[in-house]
Amino acid sequence: MRSRINDFAIKLANVNGTGSASANGLMMQAIFRMGIPVSGKNLFPSNIQGLPTWYEIRVNKDGYTARSLEYDLTVAMNSQTYARDIRELREGGYVLHDSSWPLDPALVRDDVTFIGVPYAQLCNDNFREPRERTLMKNIAYTGTLCALLNVDMEVVGGLLKEKYAAKKALHESNDRALRLGYDYARDHFPCPLPFHLETMNANSDKILIDGNTAIALGCVYAGATVAAWYPITPSTSAMDAFKGFCEKYRKDPETGKNNYLILQAEDELAAIGMVIGAAWNGARAFTSTAGPGISLMNELLGLAYYAEIPAVVIDVQRVGPSTGMPTRTQQGDILECAYASHGDTKHILLFPSNPAECFEIAPKAFDLAERFQTPVFILTDLDIGMNDWVVPRLQWDESYQPDRGRVLTSEDLEKLPKFTRYSPEDENQVAARTLPGVHAKGSFFTRGSGHNKFGGYTEMPEEYREVMDRLVRKHKASAKFVPPPIIHRRAGANFGVITVGGCDMAVREALDCLAGRGVIADFMRIRGFPFDDNVQSFMDTHYFCFVVEQNRDAQLRTLLTLETRVPKEKLRSILVYGGFPLSAKHVEDAILRALGEVEKPVHAVPVPEIHIEE
Amino acid sequence: MPSIAKPVATHPSLQRNDLGLTIRDYEGAMSTLCAGCGHDSITAALVRALWEQSVQPHMIAKLSGIGCSSKTPTYFVNGAHGFNSAHGRMPPIATGANAANRELVYIGISGDGDSLSIGLGHMCHAIRRNVRMVYVIENNGVYGLTKGQFSASADIGTKSKKGERNRMAPIDSVMLGLSLGATFIARSFSGDKQQLVPILKAAIAHRGFALIDVISPCVTFNDHEGSTKSYLYTRQHELRAIEADFVPPASEILAHIGQNGAVSVTMHDGSAILFKGVPPDYDPTDREKVYAYLEEHHGKGEVVTGLLYVDESVPDLHEMNGTPDTPLTRIPYQKLCPGSAALDKLQKAFR
Repeated sequence: MRSRINDFAIKLANVNGTGSASANGLMMQAIFRMGIPVSGKNLFPSNIQGLPTWYEIRVNKDGYTARSLEYDLTVAMNSQTYARDIRELREGGYVLHDSSWPLDPALVRDDVTFIGVPYAQLCNDNFREPRERTLMKNIAYTGTLCALLNVDMEVVGGLLKEKYAAKKALHESNDRALRLGYDYARDHFPCPLPFHLETMNANSDKILIDGNTAIALGCVYAGATVAAWYPITPSTSAMDAFKGFCEKYRKDPETGKNNYLILQAEDELAAIGMVIGAAWNGARAFTSTAGPGISLMNELLGLAYYAEIPAVVIDVQRVGPSTGMPTRTQQGDILECAYASHGDTKHILLFPSNPAECFEIAPKAFDLAERFQTPVFILTDLDIGMNDWVVPRLQWDESYQPDRGRVLTSEDLEKLPKFTRYSPEDENQVAARTLPGVHAKGSFFTRGSGHNKFGGYTEMPEEYREVMDRLVRKHKASAKFVPPPIIHRRAGANFGVITVGGCDMAVREALDCLAGRGVIADFMRIRGFPFDDNVQSFMDTHYFCFVVEQNRDAQLRTLLTLETRVPKEKLRSILVYGGFPLSAKHVEDAILRALGEVEKPVHAVPVPEIHIEE
Repeated sequence: MPSIAKPVATHPSLQRNDLGLTIRDYEGAMSTLCAGCGHDSITAALVRALWEQSVQPHMIAKLSGIGCSSKTPTYFVNGAHGFNSAHGRMPPIATGANAANRELVYIGISGDGDSLSIGLGHMCHAIRRNVRMVYVIENNGVYGLTKGQFSASADIGTKSKKGERNRMAPIDSVMLGLSLGATFIARSFSGDKQQLVPILKAAIAHRGFALIDVISPCVTFNDHEGSTKSYLYTRQHELRAIEADFVPPASEILAHIGQNGAVSVTMHDGSAILFKGVPPDYDPTDREKVYAYLEEHHGKGEVVTGLLYVDESVPDLHEMNGTPDTPLTRIPYQKLCPGSAALDKLQKAFR
């Protein structure tokens, strides 16, 4: 086998609750520190201890680090899933397993190489405590991987030292376990394997961060002071991170007081209510949740929409419907968020594709919510939110000032003959609001019941419609302010591929691969809703487009057909919704398969060449 | 219609409060509730209490959920900020509002459907957080806007207008509040303004969640024979157990203390509640004694009214969370944003 440098994928199969997650994360972090593009995907169960859990690491010198489905090496540490894990390995791959016990001959494959290391035995011989014996097996196989994959032992040693700086005994046992696995491999097998690592310098301006941490940091920088939430996987770590950052950055140096207030609500209905109450008073307030939480928030989201109160809602999407699979990823809340609540409602949606964008988009979300006096959703997902990603170092623009929208000051009100809440509107269909307690003239009655353009109660058809019609114009006006789509065009493209959020990396990789085979496509990643003119013209300028998303019902495609003039037949779905992150192979295979079938759509209007931008 | 305005002309001899405002300045729009509705009497008591306390109208936030009770914020203090939200959800909205701006005076108006059914959980948690607000439950034992269904406060055996008997045990907000650690609990009767006004004034001064359950008969759907929330029944069974006076911060407090049987509780702002005519075995600061007293008299079929329990020692939402005295909404952005240097430093840990 020819040697392959910095281009392979490994899968680590473990039992959850045995300490494997931290060992696997350590491995990924070591590769990151070696300057190599890398990704780590934690595919964990909704459980505390005993169920199968996997961790996948992909390294790719060219920066393609979406999930790979082609595993070169499987670390099979979970007998419950041996059969599946060994079956999924690519031809010519390697299986690393615990040889303290004989392997079932039925599992053996002729086309792969089995590497057995007696981890249980090694750890029993070297460690006394039962818990330690279990935990150290993970570090021992990490040591073996270092030998097999040529991981810089100094880097790993350094990481262990940092991690256990305050726990000398733990550091000593970890170091010993690492050595046990490393030395055993060096003594018994040819190291490294044909595919392995070599130090690069691709990460000097990169960081390793998960989306929940990044979005929480973004909320701190945006100036959010009130946060309300109800714990729910996979968004919990976002609020945990917000709390951590607030403790670090928001304690007043002079008074020692907390310039923030985090409310752990009794449920999501209350969480969004608290956000609305705080924003009504003028605070930047947000909640973080997942699909089931959005379901509960629907009622009050309609109130915020109709009464025109800003709110920022972070939805870290997981697999639905119902409880679904809480620890698996999906993009299943697009329609739920776009039209949340009863009656006619439409909301602003933002779709970051990685943790760096999570950080950048948070202040934008607050700006939009206050500018348009309405709820704004940031839709991430479990893959973005909970996995560590290698992303460009975060930047902060010191000149940023929050856009508080049209809020009348005490001086403004002093000059005003009379304040009315919902008129007159500006060019973006937004009327000025006042904050309670600012000025006697600013008082008004906020209500979720029928109101006219002056804020007064009404049940009159024309008065009701006047406000509702402005609201839909306001939503439309916000299209110019949401982030435009990212569009990559290629010379000679025959069709377009549209995608959203965390699918970004896999789709771009797939299009590069397809281009290599002569199948040329343009790319568009949606970043916001309502859709702007760029979205419409991208679809107009292609005979047909694939829409790649992670849900069963083609929710993005539905939204595009409902909210643009695109003929339905022009959009063809590629849907991957089993709960694991998207891989380029999913997309590539689906497009190739579909191209065999796609005929020129009946309703597609031939597009004059002049419309095609390059 | 609530938009029907009352005449604004006021008689020059009308008394003015410390802000130079007359009681008319604390009124709201014309009530659209049924003639004789108990809620309107509560509104009148609120108007008086807020006027007597000289609360700046625009510093008042009046919030409600949905139901007959929740319409009433429109009927008092036109100059206040109002928020008529969604059914049962007023407590979280008030909590968030209070979190953002602690300087306003929060008046929450709710009903027995709003607070004891659809919003029960929210009310309980607002009590636990000790959100500083006046929380009035206008309790009539019935759903008025949907025409006469029993509410969760309906007593066992009480009869609906159509003659149906309620068989389920009621949720008693006073007993619930006691068990949840509420720091201010009162029960009153909408027909007894004399008792209600001082309770409301004390509630405004209380630093924490002030729960006031007011029996407020529904003249249309629950004022008939066989109802336990009618005017007649309440008048016949009311036990005005505890007389309380609110004493503003001043030396006159001393003048009152020392009278026979009087107990006084000093409030956070230096004002005081003077309890007069307290039964010998009663102590409005002793949760267990209050509980026992209420249980005993409830067993006799009596409706005990008065300012039943006060605890000024419990920290409120803001004290529990260590927030500054300045409202969070007034902290300048520069103080909230850690800046780019801090971001660079922080990211050294993300390697």
